[in-house]
Amino acid sequence: MKDHRIILCRCEDVTLLEFRQAYREGFSEMESLKRYTGLGTGFCQGKGCLSESAQELAVLRNLPPEDIRLTTIRPPADPMTFAELAALDLESQEVQDQEVQDQDVTDHNDQEAPA
Amino acid sequence: MIPLSRGPVPATADAVLIGGGINGLATAYELARQGLKNVVVIENNYIGSGSTGRCGGGIRQQWANEENIRLAQESVALYENMSAELGYQVFFRQGGYLMVTEHESDLPALRDATALQNKCDVPTEFLQPEDCLKFVPDLNISRLKGATFCPKDGTAYPFAVVWGYARACHRAGVKIYIRTGVKNILSQDGRILGVETNRGRISAPVVVNCAGPWARNLAAQVGVVLPNHQERHEIMVSESLKPFLDPMVISITNGIYFSQSLRGEIVGGIGDPQEIKHSDPAKFDTRSQLRFAVRFAQAFIDLYPRASSVRLMRQWAGMYDVTPDHRPILGGVPGLDGYFHICGFSGHGFMLGPVSGRRMAAHIVSGEPDSIITSLSLDRFERGGLQRDAFVVG
Repeated sequence: MKDHRIILCRCEDVTLLEFRQAYREGFSEMESLKRYTGLGTGFCQGKGCLSESAQELAVLRNLPPEDIRLTTIRPPADPMTFAELAALDLESQEVQDQEVQDQDVTDHNDQEAPA
Repeated sequence: MIPLSRGPVPATADAVLIGGGINGLATAYELARQGLKNVVVIENNYIGSGSTGRCGGGIRQQWANEENIRLAQESVALYENMSAELGYQVFFRQGGYLMVTEHESDLPALRDATALQNKCDVPTEFLQPEDCLKFVPDLNISRLKGATFCPKDGTAYPFAVVWGYARACHRAGVKIYIRTGVKNILSQDGRILGVETNRGRISAPVVVNCAGPWARNLAAQVGVVLPNHQERHEIMVSESLKPFLDPMVISITNGIYFSQSLRGEIVGGIGDPQEIKHSDPAKFDTRSQLRFAVRFAQAFIDLYPRASSVRLMRQWAGMYDVTPDHRPILGGVPGLDGYFHICGFSGHGFMLGPVSGRRMAAHIVSGEPDSIITSLSLDRFERGGLQRDAFVVG
């Protein structure tokens, strides 16, 4: 099948061709590829496309797949309406206990190995 | 094509910019455009990964301090021409900013600011609550007491701005290194010598600290004490909707702001008085809280009830680099030749980055004083008589 007919991200209609073009434009990390192509920003928030895309990036960069870092997974796990969220009680244990939900640690010393 | 190198850094440069956000890239582009040959940008992560890429993308001229208004006005002029100048679509859209309040007591300040903005040729108008419906038909105006609207304010896509500058930098001969960390700024006898990175040393007579929330710690390495603190601000994006919202809406009562992106998403945030003030980067925490999502949702559907059934897709956080008067710190410091900083934007770095970069580059290349840079220099905190702005929101 041709690259422009292979859909990597079904929510945002990002094709394999577009992903490879973005890589050639200079976007060589999943975080940047996500923001340039829109991949992983749709309804499933990357559940259906992140691993496939990372595998493709590993091939493009000639790296083992485990060296490709995925994008930060953002809450909520599934989209929620503003009404559902607004109905939660700020003072409740439910809200207090879920202070920290994703793994976006801003680490100044976090460098990737030269590649 | 934007070549972003992870390779070894060059041994020498005419200027090194620390930080690949809007300030580092805009200044690097302007330095090259204004004649500097060998300009290098060092980014610790990926470009736009810090505060720039996490911001709401708003650009407004509605300030209560004349210098802030004129600086923002100059920035808007640069944004109006940016896609053409950089040869890159940055999605700048002038849908206006609608600033609303629920307090009678804010009205004199809103009227005074409108008059001051008009004096500067910023076309802001003062509105009664019902006039807001002209701009945002479904706004809940039941508790509003007044508003101001400027049709020339707007939004741009922060990452596109960063990529546009990076591409223009590349065309102008600037080299950008990503995943490259600055370990030390090197100086001797009151003179900058360069930087030590994890990919080697760069000797350079000029180092510009554009590291946003990390600027304070870098400056401390060369004995420059910045009064900045840093705090987390959270933001969210909704599912995409058909275009329905022209302006950015911002409440000076509770600090909520929201606009619609050109992809159709609602992008919005709200300040939180409970956020901790940091000064140690090791303690920065940009993880998300359910508390933010709940607070935003409550304030949002209160102002815009029709959006109750719209879904929030994801939320994230970034760090503000905040100064005591919420105004940026520009310029150099006496007794340390070749050191400059562009930091302390207090949540407004995206809107002021292009103009700060242009003015700072001219100042660095020519050595001539610049009245705004002088006014915003670090020694203002010792001079006293700080000019605060009543319109710090969010």
